[in-house]
Amino acid sequence: MDSLFGVSIKQIHEKLEQREISALELAQLFLSHIQEREKDLHAFITIMPELAFQQAKEIDKKVKEGQSLPLLAGIPCAIKDSILVKGARCTAGSHMLEDYVAPYNATVVQRLREQGVLLMGKTNTDEFSMGSSTENSAFGPTRNPHDLSRVAGGSSGGSAASVAADEVVVALGGDTGGSIRLPASFCGIVGLKPTYGAVSRYGLIALASSLDQIGPLAKTVEDCEILFNALKGRDPFDSTSVDFPSNLQSRNCDPQDLRIGVPREYFKEGLMPQVEQVIKNAIAKFEAAGAKVEEITLPHAPYALAVYYIINSSEASANLARYDGMRYGTAGTKHQMPNVSLLDIYLERRGEGFGPEVKRRIVFGAYALSAGYYDAYYTKAQKIRTLLKQDFEQAFQKVDVIVGPVSPVLPFKIGEKIENPLSMYLVDMYTVPVNLAGIPGLSIPAGNVQNLPVGLQLIAPAFSEHLLFQVGKMFEKIS
Amino acid sequence: MITKEEVQHIAKLARIQLSREQVEKFQKELSQVLDYFTILQEVDVLSVEPLTHSIEVKNVLREDEPRKADPEVVQKLLGMAPEQKDGFLKVKSVF
Repeated sequence: MDSLFGVSIKQIHEKLEQREISALELAQLFLSHIQEREKDLHAFITIMPELAFQQAKEIDKKVKEGQSLPLLAGIPCAIKDSILVKGARCTAGSHMLEDYVAPYNATVVQRLREQGVLLMGKTNTDEFSMGSSTENSAFGPTRNPHDLSRVAGGSSGGSAASVAADEVVVALGGDTGGSIRLPASFCGIVGLKPTYGAVSRYGLIALASSLDQIGPLAKTVEDCEILFNALKGRDPFDSTSVDFPSNLQSRNCDPQDLRIGVPREYFKEGLMPQVEQVIKNAIAKFEAAGAKVEEITLPHAPYALAVYYIINSSEASANLARYDGMRYGTAGTKHQMPNVSLLDIYLERRGEGFGPEVKRRIVFGAYALSAGYYDAYYTKAQKIRTLLKQDFEQAFQKVDVIVGPVSPVLPFKIGEKIENPLSMYLVDMYTVPVNLAGIPGLSIPAGNVQNLPVGLQLIAPAFSEHLLFQVGKMFEKIS
Repeated sequence: MITKEEVQHIAKLARIQLSREQVEKFQKELSQVLDYFTILQEVDVLSVEPLTHSIEVKNVLREDEPRKADPEVVQKLLGMAPEQKDGFLKVKSVF
């Protein structure tokens, strides 16, 4: 039975259809593995055995009746705790939402439930997805399965660790500035940030609405693609979601037909030499297989991180205004006292409900949006965002995909960066340009430095996820 | 460099209470981040339009028709608020 850990969606599907295993057995097997691994990892905030068993029984009934199963039926899946699952607690890693129970399903969750996916639990995240390590979670950090003294990356660190440790087969995360790709890289798995608008955000607890996207994490590119295909497409409940072109499927392609761009700005100051070596070796493998590799330039990439933090904090300060202490959270102590004003209640409930990074971003966002600073920060950032998008458009006239590192550093020690916010922000320097431009990015395992995984980032034009899957599968073959 | 008074003022506008230690910490951290942002001054954006949507979007409209809410859901939503009375959220008086 242990041989089921690390097998693909298609293999599990076959075993279910051949009745070699039941969905209930699958749920039991993975749940007991979760119990075992959680002693070390803390990938989950909430585990949902009842829901998993209920879904498993429905699938086994279908098998018994001889009905055919969707490909994802019976596949154990984890959901980031910023995505709503009806009836389950959804904390977003915050004390503010510690007791919040989702009254409805996110569209992505609804789509997975219709396929019969087994929803095993809700995974750890930095508070309101603000962070690169899950250390900002109000419930404590997730540990990296490859080295328990190190972070799993963030903010979707629980989702990445749960897949890497075979607690589940696939997981959903959210990516605002690298929150899927970075933990995928740190945990040695595959993670996709889809094109903005490709996947509905309905039921995702918002961080920065012009940047947020939900996406899949898996062990292989094939599994990642299967999950993405189940998520994508327009949703009437998210007016920024769009019809995804259905004629674009990944297919086997010849490396000799592939033009790869390597941005020179991604190999400058800040990149750890050992990481650089792994990435250069990966690029050399593409070249050896016959791909045409050329250096390109993204002149505004060095400004992307500053632009990103201005836009992120500004949007976050507006989005998180809804946590006013009236709709969610606990009553605090002041409300019973006489002569206490509404302002006092706001200050108390928001001051106590939010952790340090969330407060920092709300305060900074309010500063960047305030009179006298708006043009210098917010408008300027949006203008440079235009220039960055044009950089990518020009690059894609010459090359099919862009490759580079996901992270400038290896998975770092828990506690190493938490006291210095800027050093933590810099971990995202290679992932944020993709969110600003609205284009898709895929993180795939490129190699290791000792026992620590290093991820390779593949970037394609908007709605060209099929290209990323194609090139990702090619790399799995040649590496 | 951002001043302590500015941090306190902005925090109050954002309705977040900060302790004295937090104000000092934020002053230091926000100043460091603002220093880093000065690199944006190098970029000439004189004739550049700001980007508000990364992909092309159109207005999406629907009829504005009231829908009946499931009373059970309403009760659940209300139940998550810290204070409530007679089916309403209870809030301190504004004035």
